[in-house]
Amino acid sequence: MTVASSPPSRLPLRSAEGAQTEPQTHRARAREGQGDGPLAALFIAPAMLGFLVFLLWPTLRGIYLSFTRFNLLTPPQWVGLDNYIRMVNDPIFWDSLKVTVEYVFINIGVQTISALAIAVLLQRLTQSAVLRGIVLTPYLMSNVVAGIVWLWMLDTQLGIGNEILQGFGLDRIPFLADESWAIPTIALINVWRHVGYTALLLFAGLQAIPNDMYEAAKVDGASEWRMFWRITMPLLRPVLAVVLIMTVIGSFQVFDTVAVTTAGGPANATNVLQYYIYGSAFGRFQFGYASAMSVALLVVLSAITFVQYRLTRAGHTDLG
Amino acid sequence: MRFRTVVALTGALALSLVTGCAKGGSAGSSANTVTYWLWDANQLPAYQACAKGFEKENPGLHVKITQLGWNDYWTKLTASFIAGTQPDVFTDHIQKFGQFADLKVLEPLDGLGIQDSAYQSGLAANWTGQDGHRYGAPKDWDTVALFYNQKMAKTAGISAEKLNSLSWNPRDGGTFEKAIAHLTIDQNGKRGDEPGFDKHHVKVYGLATGGAGDGDGQTQWSPFTGSAGWTYTDKKRWGTTYHYDSKTYQSVVQWYFGLAKKGYLAPFTDYSEGANPANAQLASGKAAAAFDGAWMISTYYGAKGLDVGTAFTPVGPTGKRATMMNGLADSVTKNARNKKGAKKWVAYLASDACQKTVGSYAIVFPATPDGTKAAVAAYRKKGIDVRAFTRPVADKKDFTTFSYPITNYAADVYALMHPAMQDVFANDAPVSGLSRTNSQINLILDQ
Repeated sequence: MTVASSPPSRLPLRSAEGAQTEPQTHRARAREGQGDGPLAALFIAPAMLGFLVFLLWPTLRGIYLSFTRFNLLTPPQWVGLDNYIRMVNDPIFWDSLKVTVEYVFINIGVQTISALAIAVLLQRLTQSAVLRGIVLTPYLMSNVVAGIVWLWMLDTQLGIGNEILQGFGLDRIPFLADESWAIPTIALINVWRHVGYTALLLFAGLQAIPNDMYEAAKVDGASEWRMFWRITMPLLRPVLAVVLIMTVIGSFQVFDTVAVTTAGGPANATNVLQYYIYGSAFGRFQFGYASAMSVALLVVLSAITFVQYRLTRAGHTDLG
Repeated sequence: MRFRTVVALTGALALSLVTGCAKGGSAGSSANTVTYWLWDANQLPAYQACAKGFEKENPGLHVKITQLGWNDYWTKLTASFIAGTQPDVFTDHIQKFGQFADLKVLEPLDGLGIQDSAYQSGLAANWTGQDGHRYGAPKDWDTVALFYNQKMAKTAGISAEKLNSLSWNPRDGGTFEKAIAHLTIDQNGKRGDEPGFDKHHVKVYGLATGGAGDGDGQTQWSPFTGSAGWTYTDKKRWGTTYHYDSKTYQSVVQWYFGLAKKGYLAPFTDYSEGANPANAQLASGKAAAAFDGAWMISTYYGAKGLDVGTAFTPVGPTGKRATMMNGLADSVTKNARNKKGAKKWVAYLASDACQKTVGSYAIVFPATPDGTKAAVAAYRKKGIDVRAFTRPVADKKDFTTFSYPITNYAADVYALMHPAMQDVFANDAPVSGLSRTNSQINLILDQ
């Protein structure tokens, strides 16, 4: 009966014997699996609860609030698209978006190239676990502490960074107080903190590339440079793509370093979108408008992630 | 069996989460406890002493004091209003009063019988809302004066008498500008008023920078705008239009920030609220003088290796010296858990008994005249002359005092003026641009 009911077209590559046993196995598994359903649901429940309570519900509520005027202490009033119209006409919002994009470009550009270089060097030149550990140390520090330490070190008058510059006979640089220096400086502070972690992720990706490929290339007389471009990069692409997607999302959400070093200044030069959203919500109690900007950020990030995913073919590997 | 164990564990975890959340909402409160928040760590011992006195007078009541730094204080207070975990009583600032009044999170204190005459002039009246109810009990006051490095002044040949007789005007800066130019020294040792002075390589600035000053300029430009006769708004309290578009205001601001272009005032880039505020610039020897508030007296006098003196703000075009006179108050939250106890505590905080105790710690000027006297005596005992701060309040002939601007939408005014003033100071944006910001502010106030 089972043999007769199995359409051959569904199992084109399997042997006749296989075709006979497969439905039995499948049914047996299904029978066994019936008892696992509630247990599986139970295991999923904590994560699902967390997803519903901390992600889905706040997101839906945030979207709802973006259509209201709401100060948190009195009930929200429905205002339709007013917040979105205001956002489109708000030059500070567009300026924040521009500043954020500028930050992301510098941060991700420098971070990815540096992390890739560190990861390749770690893989090709050393086996030392201590060295790998050292690379990760800045990541062990909280963003706020890192921000404060750098704020002190880069202070125009008192910072050791400027003392060193002056020691070399150079002019002092207002790293965090000048509008053209502030964003690159914050971007590089965060590169310093995150580059080790990013390098470690890429390093893990490099470990998955079989060593015999490099050996074969060496036998063929390929240089390290050529091996990097012809073996490492193509085979690392899926990992690199995922790392890039994750770091870009994180980079767009920069907040704490800005909050402790420049507070959005000077003159809104570092007023990144998250900081503007925070100021509107918790400084001015405009939670409706802040929600609208948060929804806009969500849309921007979703679009960027989708485009990145497609362009980098993150779901496909060239390995094996 | 295993399934039941998992169910039981999950249930226990969920229950602990729920009860944990519930516990967070009522932490630290009980019928006999009054929770009280303040931001100034220097003032904590003084208010702990007050709490002891209060608990002695009110057996069974206990005051739990929490101190948080200025920035965390307001963020946490906001969050506490939202979460319903607000303190019963908190130290309130005029800058925030308008916003809290808008949000209706304060409890009226009319029943406490607070009399304007019991406090230094104007302090009690500032804490009355537009609805006529009182929302704050005066606790202290402060004015602004010039702190200066006595050693640097002496080397420059500028005596204390001279520093106390300076005048200024927005055209040439008057004797005040001459004095700070003379206090300025470049890397080659040339003073600011000497030929060959290199304004791009200054070693010691005559005047420290306290940043751009947002919309109030309390310790930056307000002594000058005040002595030029300018006022922030159309009314003393709860004004409906701001005056940042005034020609007088803009000319004063242009002159003041222009001092940085001449090399006499430390530039905007040298200021950092977190790392290098005005007092740090003075303490590190990078600046010779700084305008700052009375709340900073113990910080300046406590700086190692700094021999500091204080002088009056300079005489302005009106013929008077001017300083902001700001006062803090204690407010009770509308949803205070122990409202009765909270009001008793606020009444005690506003009393002479508590304010004299606070005064004896020499950290702030309490709002009652006797409290102020106690503070002056305590400062004197420490060898600190505080006349530069107290005389503006006592001498109405030579001094003008003015309040922090009290209006609705204070947070919006800050959000607009903060970057606008930074733009003028840091980026040399034209002061006329402030007229546009002023229009935006007035539009918001007109809602």
